[in-house]
Amino acid sequence: MSTLLKLSGVETYIGRYHILQGVDFEVPEGQTTMLLGRNGAGKTTTLRTIMGLWQAKSGSISLAGESIEKLATPDIAQRGVGYVPESMAVFSDLTVKENLVLAARNGPLDDAQLAWIFGFFPALKKFWLSRAGSLSGGQKQMLSIARAIVEPRKLLLIDEPTKGLAPAIVMSLIECLKEIKRRGATILLVEQNFHAARELGDQVLVMDNGTIVHRGEMAALAADVPLQERLLGLSLEAHQ
Amino acid sequence: MSEIAATDALPKPKRDIAPLLLPVVLALLMIPLIGSESSWVTLTVASLAMGMMIFIMASGLTLVFGLMDVLNFGHGAFIAVGAYVATLVLLPLASWAQADSLLTNLAVLVPAALLSMGVTGALGLVVERVLVLPVYGQHLKQILMTTGGLIVAEQTLYALFGPQIIPLPLPTAFRGSFILGDVAISKYRLLALLIGLVIFIAIELVLNRTKIGLLIRAGVENREMVEALGYRIRRLFLGVFMTGSALAGLGGVMWGLYREQVHASIGDELTVLVFIVVIIGGLGSITGCFIGAILVAMVANYGGFLVPKLALVSNILLMVAVLMWRPRGLYAVTSR
Repeated sequence: MSTLLKLSGVETYIGRYHILQGVDFEVPEGQTTMLLGRNGAGKTTTLRTIMGLWQAKSGSISLAGESIEKLATPDIAQRGVGYVPESMAVFSDLTVKENLVLAARNGPLDDAQLAWIFGFFPALKKFWLSRAGSLSGGQKQMLSIARAIVEPRKLLLIDEPTKGLAPAIVMSLIECLKEIKRRGATILLVEQNFHAARELGDQVLVMDNGTIVHRGEMAALAADVPLQERLLGLSLEAHQ
Repeated sequence: MSEIAATDALPKPKRDIAPLLLPVVLALLMIPLIGSESSWVTLTVASLAMGMMIFIMASGLTLVFGLMDVLNFGHGAFIAVGAYVATLVLLPLASWAQADSLLTNLAVLVPAALLSMGVTGALGLVVERVLVLPVYGQHLKQILMTTGGLIVAEQTLYALFGPQIIPLPLPTAFRGSFILGDVAISKYRLLALLIGLVIFIAIELVLNRTKIGLLIRAGVENREMVEALGYRIRRLFLGVFMTGSALAGLGGVMWGLYREQVHASIGDELTVLVFIVVIIGGLGSITGCFIGAILVAMVANYGGFLVPKLALVSNILLMVAVLMWRPRGLYAVTSR
């Protein structure tokens, strides 16, 4: 399986704080790679650095063999990287429709793609002309993910999509992400909900103090409770 | 899965009309206080016309503020330069401007206004590239750079045209008033009202019916996410900055004609007023800016008529009152 995304020795500073301290990993094409770790380990910074929202001070980031660490955020997005931030960042003053129209950068909304999205997120159809700011938290998350998949993307960077959501909505999101995965998408997913991680992940990376401290198959980590406790402080079961 | 989304409670989108009603309520409250119906109509039309001119000057600034978080204290320079450019066209062609034909008047007034907009738009390009670009994200430096730019522009106008007030007579067709019974309505105020409304509607249409408009509205709210969707917001911002500068230039032309005079510190004088409107309206909100401009003008006109001594502080009092009611302005768009 070919590598879609590769980070080598990536170091990122935020102000004078040295957050990423030499991050190395690869994301295989067509697979879902989970990025786990304690709060403050550098997971969000990693996604933001890949997206160009924070510039890497050193190291290299390549997407499908092309170096992207010096590119501006719009250029990285135009190369097919979709980003769902932790804050969801829907445009609350715009309607659901307008949010998706903006996300469809390469032309009008594709009816078939839209129908597929509505299949998962019927609320988006129901509230098509409502302001996104009036949606519930779960619906905003659905809109945020829909925005990332409204056009085909090479790579999806998704930051804690289940954070703060009700369990029923979490299950719904997991099903949606599974379907996106079945369609062959490559996903790098930051997640604190280990049930979601186990359901979705093919590969797993564990971060601590700005470096990758473990890489392997998700199924292997899920089966190894002592390793989970050593890497994450608690077992996956305890996190559910 | 589908039932989860469908059953989520969702409040119906609320239309926040309270700020829209404010000018109407204020105008109606003034009827018994002013007493004379004709005075009330004259003051109301004067307020609306003045409000439109202030709105034209402030509309670009509020988008620049909201979209890129740039504090442009030099916005008044565009107002002054716009007024002077129009003066340079209108004074040599005074015979056209003072002719008794509306078409002849327009033949000189329209090109003068367009030239002013072109020059101030181009000046906006230079200011953004030279003064603003190096200090993105640094508010203190933005204030220093743009205030410095305003001083340089003002002193350049002093050096070129002198400190004296330059008369700028209204074209003949826009002098005088329409008389309706006891009420006299100034022709130029009606023209200002019409231009202001056309510009407001045009901006609203662009913001709400075009993809560029969507990008501007989205960028005002979260520019980082707009970039993450693949759009180059800096280019968009440059376009907004130039358009805002051109509108300020047009506002300067209209204000100069309204006062029938131009002087080098015209922009400096209006800067505070424009900032009050932007703050009252809510950073980045065109509708808020529109309502704020009308309120500021109403308070100035009604207040000046009823309690002349209060006129000096009326706008500050209005701003305090609005911010006590809505701390982020009438229509908060950004989270800043």
